[in-house]
Amino acid sequence: MLKKLFNSSIGRKIAMALSGIFLIVFLTQHFLINITSVFSDSLFNWLSHFMGTNPLVQFVLQPILIAGVLFHFVMGFILDYQNRKARPVNYAVFSSSKNSLMVSRYMILSGIVILSFLGLHFYDFWIPEMEYKYIEFKPDDPNRYHHELVEKFQDPIKVVFYCISFVFLALHLVHGLASSTQSLGTSNRYSSLIKKISYSFGIFIPLGFCFIAIYHFLSH
Amino acid sequence: MKLFLKIWRQKDSKEKGKIVNYEIDKISEDMSFLEMMDVLNEKIVLEGGDPVAFDHDCREGICGSCSMFINGEPHGPDRGVTTCQLHMRKFKDGDTIYIEPFRSRAFPIIKDLVVDRTAFDRIQQAGGYISINTSGNTLDANTIPIEKENADKAFDAATCIGCGACVATCKNSSAMLFVSAKVSQFSLLPQGKVEATDRVLNMVKQMDLEGFGNCTNTGACHVECPKGISLDYIAKLNNEYAKASLKK
Repeated sequence: MLKKLFNSSIGRKIAMALSGIFLIVFLTQHFLINITSVFSDSLFNWLSHFMGTNPLVQFVLQPILIAGVLFHFVMGFILDYQNRKARPVNYAVFSSSKNSLMVSRYMILSGIVILSFLGLHFYDFWIPEMEYKYIEFKPDDPNRYHHELVEKFQDPIKVVFYCISFVFLALHLVHGLASSTQSLGTSNRYSSLIKKISYSFGIFIPLGFCFIAIYHFLSH
Repeated sequence: MKLFLKIWRQKDSKEKGKIVNYEIDKISEDMSFLEMMDVLNEKIVLEGGDPVAFDHDCREGICGSCSMFINGEPHGPDRGVTTCQLHMRKFKDGDTIYIEPFRSRAFPIIKDLVVDRTAFDRIQQAGGYISINTSGNTLDANTIPIEKENADKAFDAATCIGCGACVATCKNSSAMLFVSAKVSQFSLLPQGKVEATDRVLNMVKQMDLEGFGNCTNTGACHVECPKGISLDYIAKLNNEYAKASLKK
């Protein structure tokens, strides 16, 4: 039953949509925690310490998240490969800008930029965190997180790269969220509202992440 | 007006094609695009050449036979019309016009601008029908009460002429708009609900077998569709397919 569903083109799109929505939920949670770093060191430290030490988060949710990220990217590349194969000879003239938005046509490109950003983000935050806790077994310090975050954003090149990546994240989300609901077959009467929510969310969250990076760069 | 045409010429499905340049003069702006093609073909024949092969039939925007990808868009720059309804007033004197066939792995080229769209027929044969009891006990369709909203939606879906513009313009060559219209025109009506589960599963299965790409919801198909079939039908198809898969 489920095998038949996910072996079909519609099923693969549904899987893509579900993994995308899962990542959007994670991104929202990530943003809500990070924004606390702007107005309360102690709250940010407490939340980060909870997320970094809670066994449910560390050993259940974190592997699920990594699997979700991998699935979304691998499936994205598979679908893109199949789509390219569906038109072996390209048009001499293809006026796609007259009938569709650029963000919807270049999801694979914005996805690749986000993937390379994730590489840097993991190198910056996740790998040092794993080393700190599970390789070097350093003593638990619940007050270190805010200081470490601020330190990371002192390099202007890194802040610029982060902000550029967030622009691509916005481009991906603006189409991604609305597209996910379409793939899941959401009722037509809500499509205009969903589009508005998708655009607002896709711009607000990456803009918020940009603000956090620039705020810490400028204020310290 | 004088026009510079760049037309895709391909002898058959096996040979490699190429863009060939033509110049054509004294084209009236009141001509239809196909009439312009007729004038060009007369000129080619008089010069002893092989005329450009292109599909056409009713020339009234009903049959879905004409195709052609004109200046990067299926059925040309006008909206809500097929190539046969496109008029030369949409172009200017001295314009260069690119004319290509609808391109998709599922629509192999037969010759020049003629493509094989029988993939659509096979999708229809897989479930795009309602089995009717013709033993004499047939219920008069007009006696079955149908909600106005559903009747309108079913009728809108049924306006799809199966021309293939959706596939041609989709960056992925997806046939989802066509299939969604053909599934919905039946599943919205009580007569079509009996076979709805098998219909959607079989038609999507056939669509995948034909080698069309996946829908990425760019919306280009709806914009270029000569009948303006709504993207809402694609959402409906996704929904119907997911439910049918879980049922069977």
